[in-house]
Amino acid sequence: MDFNDTPAEAAFREEARAWLEANAPSAEELQGLDEIARSKLWQKRKYDAGWACIRWPKEYGGRGATSIENVIWGQEEGKFSVPGGVFGIGQGMAAPTLMEWATEDQKREHLPKLASGEHIWCQLFSEPAGGSDLAAARTKAVKDGDDWVINGQKIWTSGAHYSDYGIIVLRTDPEAQKHKGLSYFFLDMKSPGIEVKPIKQISGGANFNEVYFTDVRVPDSQRLGAVGQGWQVALTTLMNERAAIGGGGGGVGFNRVFRLAQRLTIDDKPAIEDSNVRAKLANWYCQETGLKYTGYRSLTALSRGETPGPENSIGKLVGAAKMQDMASFAMDLCELSGAVQGEFAEEYGMYPGAFMGAPGGRIAGGSDEIMLNILAERVLGMPQDIRPDKGIPFSQIPTGANN
Amino acid sequence: MTSIFLNRKATRLNFEFSEEQNQLRDQAQGFLNDNCPPAAVRKVLEGDESYDKQLWQSIAELGWLSTVIPEAYDGLGLTYYELVVIAEELGRALAPVPFSSTVYLATEAILQFGSDEQKQRWLPRIARGESIGTFAFGEGAGRPSPKSLQTVAGTNSISGSKYPVPDGDIADVAIVVVKCDAGDGVSLYLVDLQGVQRDAVATLDPSRSHARLTFSDSPAELLGVAGAGWAMTNQLLDRAAVLFAWEQVGGAQAALEQAKAYAMDRYAFGRPIAGFQAIKHKLANVYVKNTLARSNGYYGAWALAEGNAELALAAATARVSATQAFYFASKENIQTHGGMGFTWEFDCQFYYRRAKLLSVNIGSESWWQDRLITAYEQSNQVQAA
Repeated sequence: MDFNDTPAEAAFREEARAWLEANAPSAEELQGLDEIARSKLWQKRKYDAGWACIRWPKEYGGRGATSIENVIWGQEEGKFSVPGGVFGIGQGMAAPTLMEWATEDQKREHLPKLASGEHIWCQLFSEPAGGSDLAAARTKAVKDGDDWVINGQKIWTSGAHYSDYGIIVLRTDPEAQKHKGLSYFFLDMKSPGIEVKPIKQISGGANFNEVYFTDVRVPDSQRLGAVGQGWQVALTTLMNERAAIGGGGGGVGFNRVFRLAQRLTIDDKPAIEDSNVRAKLANWYCQETGLKYTGYRSLTALSRGETPGPENSIGKLVGAAKMQDMASFAMDLCELSGAVQGEFAEEYGMYPGAFMGAPGGRIAGGSDEIMLNILAERVLGMPQDIRPDKGIPFSQIPTGANN
Repeated sequence: MTSIFLNRKATRLNFEFSEEQNQLRDQAQGFLNDNCPPAAVRKVLEGDESYDKQLWQSIAELGWLSTVIPEAYDGLGLTYYELVVIAEELGRALAPVPFSSTVYLATEAILQFGSDEQKQRWLPRIARGESIGTFAFGEGAGRPSPKSLQTVAGTNSISGSKYPVPDGDIADVAIVVVKCDAGDGVSLYLVDLQGVQRDAVATLDPSRSHARLTFSDSPAELLGVAGAGWAMTNQLLDRAAVLFAWEQVGGAQAALEQAKAYAMDRYAFGRPIAGFQAIKHKLANVYVKNTLARSNGYYGAWALAEGNAELALAAATARVSATQAFYFASKENIQTHGGMGFTWEFDCQFYYRRAKLLSVNIGSESWWQDRLITAYEQSNQVQAA
């Protein structure tokens, strides 16, 4: 589209593109390396050349670039098939929290290692008893000398099995009200007493883990914010989560399914000539472009120095459901073959995979229902839900059989 | 009121209206709040008048009718960015005036396809509010096509019946879609409606009037090229679709605001119903559809204003999105009001009526879905992706 850069932005884009063309790793270079090794190789290369985490200040390993330059960089890097992924939580969520709440020494120690890819971080927020209700965390920390001693369990922790550090929200005062009895720490994931167990997902993968804590010690110096201020610190992380988690096209975009409908037939005619197929595709096109141009409007706001607000929640909300429906529809177009995966699958074999992954997209990083609450409360200004857990000590809040 | 929308020389990324355009929006909104409150809509809906004449006169004085008419024809010579801003506000206010027929259809047709003489004769009169225009297309139920049309042309005259024609009872001039033997099977005719038989037709939205026009050897002159009428009709519909979409976006936004305001002040089970997730999620879903429709409206406005080759695709996208958003917002607005929303006394009905009227006015949702895919097939995006 005619979405034009200013001369300065165009020059920056050119510089970024030239560097990427010269330095993006080739397939041969990456051959034989696992996902983590590939990601680390690429991250280190970017870091050494000043192209890692470019929006961060230089003293923390960044480039001191503007928000809009960061967007341009993301667009250009996205055109290359480069490894990434494993640093998203550390760079996108832990780092902004450290920048706001850590000491200067801690920032200088940890941020450059996040930028260079030397360290991978994970996020230990959700618990069996608190998914959408994050402030219901029960995992306890008890002060013992200069340390805190942690006991309990976290869940849905992406990448816990290969992470070096984690950010964690802990219950430090069960007698205080729910949101006031939490404290926020970062800790070494190799600490004694941490046990990581992978969770097999319905999609077959195991990106998530359960993480058990048995008398794990974390120094008080690794607390971020005051004791009891953990919820406030967690909000910094969560605000960045929605920015870090994208719309989730997962490869099943409009154009792919459109072309599928051109190739397959219904009653001996191209499926694309069927009016039902056309109507459905038209609706998805409207959603896809609607999100795209909503994004353009956010970029315009960003470029003007405004902060795009919670209205960006619609990206994941619309994108994840759309991907689920499109994957399902693509399989319908293939009829029974649509169900085939694995070695007998034709080129259409990706759709069952997308279909099985899609439910996760609608839950991770704020479920559809949480997103709708955010839009209703923070954009439309409607009242918060009634909360029976308000104003009473955490230890007295009722729980059920499924907690 | 110059546009810097996506201006190549702008100093920053720009996918937003300019400051001047936003000022125009504020002025338009203020004017319509004062001059077109729901009571004014109700007056036309319940009364015998076809439209709000006083409001129409004021709109003419503000120059809105002549927004995109060039200065050579007594217009303001502004851009389509200004026109979509006005369209959104008219949609929000549910203005009971023949603006869409006159400006999005008749004016557009004359501007795009008319001879200089035709422009000289009609555009200044439209600009001053002296003439109302319309587009006479359908001939009863079903989707019109070159084959289905029955209205025919003689020598400088036409015969046949068009039904229903928006604002047909009050229009001074109509662009009529007529069957012909040449080219694509259709020609457009410019018809002075003086002397043409008109019979008022009631619709579900009496705040906008409709009529049957019966032509019997009625004097008519060709608009544009004979036998190119179907292509011209489609071009015209694409242009009008963007403008209708902005009216729909405005109406959808107003319906959402009305639903929210009611939910905040309506108590049940000891609290505002706006606090229940059933209502919060309902209205959040309305907001989502409205936001997508608005963003697609930007795309349409951009393609229309810049004369971009993607107009057909952008227009269909904006139109489908806006049709769905307004319908959804208007029905969920009634639902949010409960029984009161179903009463004649409440204004919720206005949005519901207007949403449906606008959705069939220049082609139904399924028609535009079909046009969207056709436009995509013809665009260069298929191979590019």
